[in-house]
Amino acid sequence: MTQVSMTVNGKAVSGDVEVRTLLSSFLRDHLSLTGTHVGCDTGQCGACMVHVDGDAVKSCNMLALEADGAQVDTIEGQAAEDGTLNTIQQAFQDHHGLQCGFCTPGMVMSAAALLKDNPQPTEAEIRAYLEGNICRCTGYHNIVKAIMAASGQDVGAIAAE
Amino acid sequence: MPKDSGIGASSKRREDVRFLTGTGNYTDDINVHGQAYVHFLRSDVAHGRINGINTDAAAAMPGVVRIFTGADFEGVGGLPCGWQVTDKHGEPMQEPPHPVLAQGKVRHVGDPIAAVVADSAEQARDAAEAIEVDIEDLPAVIDMKAALADGATKVHDDLTSNLCYDWGFVEENKAAVDEAIANAAHVTTLELVNNRLVANPMEPRVAVADYNRANDESTLYTTSQNPHVIRLLMGAFVLGIPEHKLRVVAPDVGGGFGTKIFHYAEEAFCTFAARAINRPVKWTSSRSEAFISDAQGRDHVTRIELALDADNNFTAIRTETHANMGAYLSTFASSVPTWLHGTLMAGNYKTPLIYVNVKAVFTNTVPVDAYRGAGRPEATFQLERVIDKAARELGVDPIALRRQNFITEFPYATPVAVEYDTGNYVATMDKLEEVADLSGFAARRAASEAKGMLRGLGVNCYIEACGIAPSNLVGQLGARAGLYDVATVRVNATGSISVMTGAHSHGQGHETAFPQVVADMLGIDESMVNIVHGDTAKIPHGMGTYGSRSLAVCGSAMVRATEKIINKAKKIAAHLMEASEADIELKDGQFSVAGTDKSVAWGDVCLAAYVPHNYPLEDIEPGLEETAFYDPANFTYPAGAYACEVEVDPETGKVSIERFSAADDFGNIINPMIVDGQVHGGLAQGIGQALLEHAIYDESGQLLNASYMDYAMPRADDVPFYEVDHSCQTPCTHNPLGVKGCGEAGAIGSPPAVVNAVIDALQSGGKNVTHIDMPVSPSRVWAAMNG
Amino acid sequence: MYNFEFEKPSTIADAVAALGSEDAQALGGGQTLIPTMKQRLASPAKLVSLSGIAEMKGVCVEDDGSLAIGGGTTHATVASEAAGTFPALANLASHIGDPAVRNRGTIGGSLANNDPSACYPAAALGSGATIRTNAREIAADDYFQGMFTTALDEGEIITSVRFPVPQAANYQKFLQPASRFALVGVFVARFADGVRVAVTGASEDGVFRWSEAEQALSGSFSADAVSGLSVDPGGMIGDLHGTKEYRAHLVGVMTRRAVAAAG
Repeated sequence: MTQVSMTVNGKAVSGDVEVRTLLSSFLRDHLSLTGTHVGCDTGQCGACMVHVDGDAVKSCNMLALEADGAQVDTIEGQAAEDGTLNTIQQAFQDHHGLQCGFCTPGMVMSAAALLKDNPQPTEAEIRAYLEGNICRCTGYHNIVKAIMAASGQDVGAIAAE
Repeated sequence: MPKDSGIGASSKRREDVRFLTGTGNYTDDINVHGQAYVHFLRSDVAHGRINGINTDAAAAMPGVVRIFTGADFEGVGGLPCGWQVTDKHGEPMQEPPHPVLAQGKVRHVGDPIAAVVADSAEQARDAAEAIEVDIEDLPAVIDMKAALADGATKVHDDLTSNLCYDWGFVEENKAAVDEAIANAAHVTTLELVNNRLVANPMEPRVAVADYNRANDESTLYTTSQNPHVIRLLMGAFVLGIPEHKLRVVAPDVGGGFGTKIFHYAEEAFCTFAARAINRPVKWTSSRSEAFISDAQGRDHVTRIELALDADNNFTAIRTETHANMGAYLSTFASSVPTWLHGTLMAGNYKTPLIYVNVKAVFTNTVPVDAYRGAGRPEATFQLERVIDKAARELGVDPIALRRQNFITEFPYATPVAVEYDTGNYVATMDKLEEVADLSGFAARRAASEAKGMLRGLGVNCYIEACGIAPSNLVGQLGARAGLYDVATVRVNATGSISVMTGAHSHGQGHETAFPQVVADMLGIDESMVNIVHGDTAKIPHGMGTYGSRSLAVCGSAMVRATEKIINKAKKIAAHLMEASEADIELKDGQFSVAGTDKSVAWGDVCLAAYVPHNYPLEDIEPGLEETAFYDPANFTYPAGAYACEVEVDPETGKVSIERFSAADDFGNIINPMIVDGQVHGGLAQGIGQALLEHAIYDESGQLLNASYMDYAMPRADDVPFYEVDHSCQTPCTHNPLGVKGCGEAGAIGSPPAVVNAVIDALQSGGKNVTHIDMPVSPSRVWAAMNG
Repeated sequence: MYNFEFEKPSTIADAVAALGSEDAQALGGGQTLIPTMKQRLASPAKLVSLSGIAEMKGVCVEDDGSLAIGGGTTHATVASEAAGTFPALANLASHIGDPAVRNRGTIGGSLANNDPSACYPAAALGSGATIRTNAREIAADDYFQGMFTTALDEGEIITSVRFPVPQAANYQKFLQPASRFALVGVFVARFADGVRVAVTGASEDGVFRWSEAEQALSGSFSADAVSGLSVDPGGMIGDLHGTKEYRAHLVGVMTRRAVAAAG
C-alpha cells in the first residue's frame, strides 16, 4: 500500500491505496464521493470526468498516485456550501439537460471546463467539446441548450423546452 | 399561456438536484458492510462442451471465499421466459432451459461458467483467471438462415432444431393475402436487415445481495426497471424464495431502454451466493461485460411485400421475418417479434389484408430482447421503407401516397388484431409539414448542392402500441404475467402525500410528473406530494416501467387511488361541516358546501382523518390511504409523422443529419418539458441505429465491436437540434388521463426517416440506389454509390 | 488491472534508470496504456511515470526555426502553444481524442505506442520530424516500423520531437465513428525542397508515406495534381468500419482535401 494525498473540493485528503488504484476508485471507494461515475472501461463515456489542477480529466483513466499533490474537483464540489446550484447545474435543471443522471456529473464537469476556456461557445463548439461525454438519454439537445444558456446566451429561439 | 403547475406544466424536475450534485443513489453506490465481490468467469467461445472445471488452484488464491460452478445450481431453477408464443400449427414454442451458470455447454461468448466470490473485486478476477476449464469447441451457429438448415448444429441439444417458433399472423388470412398480392396492380418488395443493437444505458448493471440468516430474509439491490417483476421471477421460478422473504430494491437507475427489464443470471447468482456464504456479495458489470451479457435488441431479417391497386391504394402486406433470439430466451424475447411487431404491421394505413410470418431462431449469440420500441421499430421500419420504395417505383409523392392510405375513422380495427381507439394522422402530417418547413426544402437542397453536397428529405409515419394490456387478453396471447399497475396514495396527517408507484423511473422524471397529476386533482401544491418507487418493501406491487406504460397504466392507477381519496375526504369534510356529502365540492385544496360560504381546508380534513376526535367513526375508518390496481381496457396508440433532412458527402459517403422534425400525438400531456426530452432521446437512439450502431458477430461468434472503441454511440456532434411538436392531441379514450405514452416514439419513428432521406439524396444525385441496410455508414453509402 | 510497482522520477536520467528493471514500462498520459491494463491486456511489473519530468515538457522554437516539443507535452499544450509556429500541427493536436484525453495524453506516448490509427505519427512522418530519445536521434523515416512497432529500444524514452516547420501544411482526418481515431488521416506538408504526404489509419503496416502523391505534389501543389492517383487497396485495413477499397478511396479524398486546405 502507498499513501496518496491530494486536495479534493478544497479539502486535504489522504489514503493508503494499492498502486493500481484509479483516481475514480479513490474518489468513490476511499472518499465515498460516489457522484463520479464509471460508465465504461475504455475511456470514451466521460461519466468519470473530474478536474485535476483545473483540467478536465477522465478519472478512470488516471492512477490515483498520478494525482498525488493535485487539486481535484468533483461534482460534489460544484454547488455552493448551502446547496445552491451553480450556474451550469441550474441551467441543466432549467433546460432539462439530464434524464437518468448517470452521465450528468461528467457533463457538468466537462461544461465547466469548456466555459472556463471559452465563455461563449457556439453550438458547434459545444457539440465538438462533448466528444468525450456520452449521454444515452437526452439526445444531447437540452445539454447543448443548457450549456449555451449557462454561458449567458439566449436560447429562446431553440426549439422546445 | 403555459401553466406553471399541475397537469400541463413544465415543472422542473425535482430529482435533478441530487443528480446534479453527485448525490444520487445508484446501485453501485450501495455497499453493505462486510460485502464480498463477485467475478464471473465467462465463456470466450461461442459454443462448446464443458468437459471439466478445475477450481483447486483458484480456490487457494488470496481472498477467495468460494467458487461456484454450474454444479452448485443443479436442482435450482433456470431463468424463466415470461411469454409463451404459440406457433402457426398451434404448438407451443421450443423453450430451452437457461441455467444461472452454464451446465454442460456454453452457448455464447459471455455465458457465465463459474463465479468467484472474494474479499476484493481484483482478487475475484485474479482467481477467476486461475480456474481451468476444459472446453471442447463446437461449431458456432451465427447466421439465422444457416441455423435453420437441415443438419445445422443445434444450440440446444434437447430441442428438435434451432427454430424457437414459426408464427403466422393472422394465419386464417394467409390465403386471402396471397391472392391479393398475386392479383395486385403493383407489388413492391423489399428485403432488409434491422440491425442488432446494444442498449447501452450509461449505468452498467450491478447487483448487491444481502442475507439475514436470523429471519431468513434476502435483499437484492439491482439495476432494474421493475423490481417486483424481478422478485416474482427470481423468487418463484429460480431460487424458490417466497415474496415475504425477498426484498428487491432498484434505487436510482441510470437508464434502461428495456435491457434492465429482464431477470438476469447475475441477480440470481448474487442472491443465491449471499445465502450460501451468509455474507453480502456485490457484482458490478464492466462495460466490456455489458456488451456480452446485457440482452441486445432488434436483429431481424425481413422480406416485405406491399400490394397496391391501380389507384395506389394499399391492398395487402405480406412479410417474412427471421428474428434472432440469441442463445437463450430472455424474459420477454419471444413476445417482441410477435405481439409487439406483427400487431403493428398495419401502421397508420387502411390495408385490408395483412399476413406476418416470423421465424424465431436460436443462435450462439447474446440473447436478444426488448430494446426501446421493441418490435414496433422493426414493424415501422419495414413498412415505411417499403412505402417509400413503392412511391418511387410508381412515381408518386411519398407523402401523398401515405395520405391517400391513412386510416381516418376511429375506432379502427386492423386486420392484425388490434383496435386503434383514436388518432388523427392527417393532422400530424399537416403539423409535420409546418414544423419541418417542407416548403423550404427545395431551397435548402439547392444550397447544399451549391457546396457540393447531396441533400435528401425523408418522411414517414409511425404508430405504436403502448401500455400493453389488458391482462385477460395478453394472457390469451401467452403472457405469463398480468400487465396492470398499482399505486397507493398515502395522505399523511398534515396533508402531505406519499404516492407509492409500481412504475419505476430510470430517467423519465416520475418524481416530478406524477405529483403534478395528484396535486392537480386535489388543488394542492406539487411540493406536498412525493413519489416512492423502486422497493418491494415500500410499495404494494407493480409491474414497472417499459413499453411507454408508466403514465398510461400506473398513472391511471394513481388517478383511481386519488379519486378514492377524494371520495373519502369529501365524506370527512361533509361531517366536519355538517353537510351532505353530495354537496361537497373540492377546488384549490378547499372543500366547500355548494351554495354556502362554508369550507374546510385540505389539511383540516387530513388531520381529522388521523386525529379523529370529530369524525364519523361509525361510517368510515380513520386514516386516509387508498390503493388502486388499474388494468387498462386496451393498448394506447401514440402516432406521429417525422421528417429528416440529410446531407451526403458524395466523395466520402458520410451522412450528416441537417434537420430532424417530429410531430407526435401523445394524447394529453402532463409535463411538456419531459415529453420533449423523451422524444429527443428516442430520436438520437433511432438516428444511432440508422447511422452508427450495429453489433456484429463474426462467424465464430465473437462480437467484433464489444466496446466503445468500436461500437459507435451517438455523440453530441452526430445529431442536430430537433424540432419537436406535440400539439396534435387526440386523447386516449379509455384511460382517465387521456394519455398515450411517449418514451419510445422517437426510437420507433426515426430510423426510416433517416434512411428514406439518404435514398432521396442519392437519387437526387443520379444514383439508382433503392436501399441501404442500417447502419447507413459512410463505407456502405460509398459502396452503394459506386456499386 | 494487475498490480505493479510505481515510480515517478523527476529527471530523464532517473527515469532511464527506473526503466532498467525487467518488465518496466514508461507511463506517459496513460490514455491508451491504462485502459489496456484495465482489460488485463498488458501486465508491466513496474510503471515509470514520466509526468513528473519538467525537462520533457513544453514547446519551443529552435535556432534553425524548427519546433521542438518535449515528449511529455500534452496534446492540449501543443494545440495552444504550437498554434503560431506550426498551425497544422496544433490543429491536429486539437482534434486528437477528446478534451480530457488531450489534457493527459502526450506526444511521446502517442509516438511510442504508434497506434496505426493515431494522428501524431502522420504529423511526424509527414513533417520529416526527428524523434529524440535519451540515447539518440531517430529520423521519422526510420522510426515507424509497422503497427505498434517503432525503432525504440527497451527502456528508451522519447524526450522530445523536432519538427521542421513547413511552408504550408494540413491534416485531414476522417473519423472512425466509435473510437474517433482516424479511419484515414492524411498529413500533407510542403517544404522548399518538396512535399511530404503521410497517411495514418489506412494501412496494415501503420503510418506510411504516399510517395506517388509526394512526387506529383512536388511538381504542382494542387488537389488536381493528385486527383488521378490512388493507393493499392491490397495493403489497406479492412474491418467493420470500412473495407480496404473504401480506405484506399479515402486516402485520395483526404489527400486532395489536405492539399486544398493547405493552400
